[in-house]
Amino acid sequence: MTNLAIGRLRRFSATPGQMAVVLLIAAFLLAFLLVPAATVIYVAFTEKGTSNLTLVNFLDFFRNDLFVRSFWNSVYVSSLSVVWATLFALPLAVITTRFQFRGAMLIQTLGFLPLIMPPFVGAVAMQLLFGRNGSVNLLLDQHLGFKLPFMDGLNGVVFVQSLHYFPFILINVSNSLRQIDSAMEEAAQNLGSSGFRLFRRIIFPLAMPGYLAGASLVFVKVFDDLATPLLLNVKDMLAPQAYLRVTSIGLADPMGYVISTILIAVSIFAMWASVAVMRGREYSTVQRGGGGLARRKMKRGEAILAYGAVTLVLLLVLSPHIGLLLLSFATIWSFSPLPDGYTMANYGRVIGESSIYIKNTLIYASLAGLIDVVLGGAIAYLVLRTKIIGRAWLDWAAMSALAIPGVVLGIGYLRTYYGVTLPDGTPLATLSIMLVLALSVRRLPYALRACYAAMQQISVSLEEAAENLGANKRRTVRRIVLPLMMGGILAGFVTSFSTAAVELSATLMLIQSNSEAPIAYGLYMFMQSPAGRGPGAALGVIAVILVAVCTFASHYVIERSQKAMGARK
Amino acid sequence: MKKLTAVLMASAIAMTAAHAQGGTVTVVTSFSKDVTDPFKAAFEAANPGYALEVQNKNTNAGVQYLTETKANNQTDLFWASAPDAFHTLKANQLLASFVPSVEGLPEKVGSYDVNDPDGFFFGFAASGYGIMWNERYIKANELAAPAEWSDLKHPQYYDHVVMAAPSRSGTTHLTVETILQGEGWDAGWGTLKSVGGNFQQVMDRSFGVPDAVNSGQAGIGIVIDFFAFSAQASGFPVGFSYPSVTTVVPANIAIVANAPNHDGAEVFVNFLLSEPGQEVLLEPTIRRLPINPATYAKAPEGFPNPYEDARFQAMINFNGDLSSARSAVVDVLFDQLITFQLDNLKAATRAVHAAEAALVGKDNAEAGALIAEAHALIAAMPFDHEQAVSPEITDAFTGGENKTSRQSELEQAWATFAAENYAAAKAKAEAALALLS
Repeated sequence: MTNLAIGRLRRFSATPGQMAVVLLIAAFLLAFLLVPAATVIYVAFTEKGTSNLTLVNFLDFFRNDLFVRSFWNSVYVSSLSVVWATLFALPLAVITTRFQFRGAMLIQTLGFLPLIMPPFVGAVAMQLLFGRNGSVNLLLDQHLGFKLPFMDGLNGVVFVQSLHYFPFILINVSNSLRQIDSAMEEAAQNLGSSGFRLFRRIIFPLAMPGYLAGASLVFVKVFDDLATPLLLNVKDMLAPQAYLRVTSIGLADPMGYVISTILIAVSIFAMWASVAVMRGREYSTVQRGGGGLARRKMKRGEAILAYGAVTLVLLLVLSPHIGLLLLSFATIWSFSPLPDGYTMANYGRVIGESSIYIKNTLIYASLAGLIDVVLGGAIAYLVLRTKIIGRAWLDWAAMSALAIPGVVLGIGYLRTYYGVTLPDGTPLATLSIMLVLALSVRRLPYALRACYAAMQQISVSLEEAAENLGANKRRTVRRIVLPLMMGGILAGFVTSFSTAAVELSATLMLIQSNSEAPIAYGLYMFMQSPAGRGPGAALGVIAVILVAVCTFASHYVIERSQKAMGARK
Repeated sequence: MKKLTAVLMASAIAMTAAHAQGGTVTVVTSFSKDVTDPFKAAFEAANPGYALEVQNKNTNAGVQYLTETKANNQTDLFWASAPDAFHTLKANQLLASFVPSVEGLPEKVGSYDVNDPDGFFFGFAASGYGIMWNERYIKANELAAPAEWSDLKHPQYYDHVVMAAPSRSGTTHLTVETILQGEGWDAGWGTLKSVGGNFQQVMDRSFGVPDAVNSGQAGIGIVIDFFAFSAQASGFPVGFSYPSVTTVVPANIAIVANAPNHDGAEVFVNFLLSEPGQEVLLEPTIRRLPINPATYAKAPEGFPNPYEDARFQAMINFNGDLSSARSAVVDVLFDQLITFQLDNLKAATRAVHAAEAALVGKDNAEAGALIAEAHALIAAMPFDHEQAVSPEITDAFTGGENKTSRQSELEQAWATFAAENYAAAKAKAEAALALLS
């Protein structure tokens, strides 16, 4: 009897330190995500014009053909995007991590660039290349007499989305592949497995946590993304419907929030499903730090094939950036395969003002990224290593940020914090730290998924060994868990950082003055007028280079730290 | 280098001093950097001691921002195109009234009152609506440059026209309302749907339209004039014309209630309306029609003058009250009948175009009747202009007491009405074509 009670107690008990961490994270999520979002979203549960609670709005959702059609379109586009993104990402990930390949790091960085498509200009550049009167179609029409509808309808959305979000899979799978111990591969080889069979039976299953983390992010992100459908003018998908309703019909209309609520529900379901697939399987390996898989030398034929495949994929995924670069040097580019002329004037116009934008972007995005990996790492640890009550709720709450439209979060912040003032009368919501918090909340899911996948690959027996040798929990985390997770943490930081750097919707609501504005806001200001297109593209190129340099630097750090660990072994 | 440092130092000192005297004037605006930068420079040069702080938000976000922050307002001015936004702000008591000291300003531009009768907001520039096209695009596709709204119904423009959704763009909403008031409710919607059948896309923001035409993704766009003028000034190969049923409306500025720097806000409004301020509008990147008639003396060759140009005098008398009474209904109707039904509408239109082409030169009364029926089906409306302002419908949008159904239910009903009519129209047109071939 007593034993039973103690057993149950132990199961639900946790160290005071862990309790404190849970409470801190819960308070953070409550204050900067749930409460602000709830101040807006509760409208979904009220009757319009009154404050009576009701569920009739959800009934309306399923009775409205447009919404139901949008729902299924979103499911279709997200699923197909995962398939295509996998096809783009896997070859790059495998070639750069499993083979001795010149420029692997460069490819990892370049393969990452699609995520940092700056708002508006990225869209213009894509249209200029692949639109119905873009370079490719104008040339096709001129020489072969037909056009290809790359950017038309739902399949256009799939095309652009898989180019845009495949880095999620690339990053997470590459990181997983690096963590696999070469002993597993050698054992399989000794038993006679090789080639594709080795990959299918041993390597890919071991990289599964990373793949699922990436694939579920792609699914959810495509499901919740509104920028790309809007750029292609596809309106019958769920996220654009939510956005269009919230921003055009107004804050009092419940249907926009009903759609947001459904977006959140589907996102959480997808995340839960990706976790459920993993349940009951063991992906961790005990041996660590061997510098990952052995890198094979490629034979001549293989090398040609590999370089060919990599070049093809990179050319395709980087085409928007090539378009952006052309646009930034163009004088006029209208209904022609290439610009009429080239100039440096666009850069001349932005160079003076861009330094302040660059500085702000670096500060905001790196702070946001830092907050994200700290929170993401802590939540991943709590979920996977403790039995503390409410740990799954933390996970879900953090992930729901994916589905809350930026503009809803922005308005929620104003509602919650504009009335709260500092002693000198400045509203709390006008401080730029609020923008940092909004950015970190919006990008938390990325870092969380990356940390989660990294943690899944660490065998718990390593920590138990450390504890048996007398280390306490804190020391174990610091000396064992953190170093082993470093790759995942950095991957999470890079994703959060680079996507926060080009975030616009919440920024637009919260930014108070030009001197505090990040680069995305500068872009927005330029891209509202015909004369601003070139300078906007120039600023976009600066943003891309800025984030790419930071990404390259962190890849460099990952590679070096892993080499160092390998050497120590 | 030393000289540069000295200049920088001097300007830094000047700026610090400036803040000490007139202070910072904070303006929330939907205008782009190309518009605000020249005004900021001219204002600060003409009024030493003041600094203009620009916060760029689109019109809707700006209105929401002012609404959310009214308890502790930090904004001095609201500056945007769409008059509706100002009506909304005024109705919510978010604006302060003021009498500008500038004299010699007209009361009306075209047939539109320049200023709010109660002095809450002021027109500083005029804008007319019209049709913009890409010269290279229409040449490559062998299209004629359109002049009137009704020209855009012609089959040659099928899949070449773009427009912003009125629910997404205050200026486009006024264009739609102008057509409805100029041609009447039923005929106006007929025109809109016939033109809609030729749409390539419906854009979700105003600037999306000139952007698509400038880059050549679309051939023809329905836009506000300055988008075309400033694109021409930037060197894009685009043309523009005002159709005869159109209107000019003022773009406005207003002082926000409880402005932290109310005096500074007044100084800026007076500057904007004065001649030096109005001349900034003629800059190549701005190209809006000044409200001050005297400024046109300095305008470049070929710049339209709404006070002298006969086209503008003939423009329709725009009823602002009617427009605001049915604004939500018109926006939602447009979205449900055109924007979200575009594929169906285009399919029906294409079938009608094919049947009409086959009918040319033939005498087949039966086919002719079928085509006329198809036209009538496409043009049919779920309700008339009186019901559009009836409380049964408007209250569904505001959540008022007289509603008989929720907004989502109305939307579903209208969408079904449109989808069924378009499908029936397509069937009739195909039947006509079968008779003719």
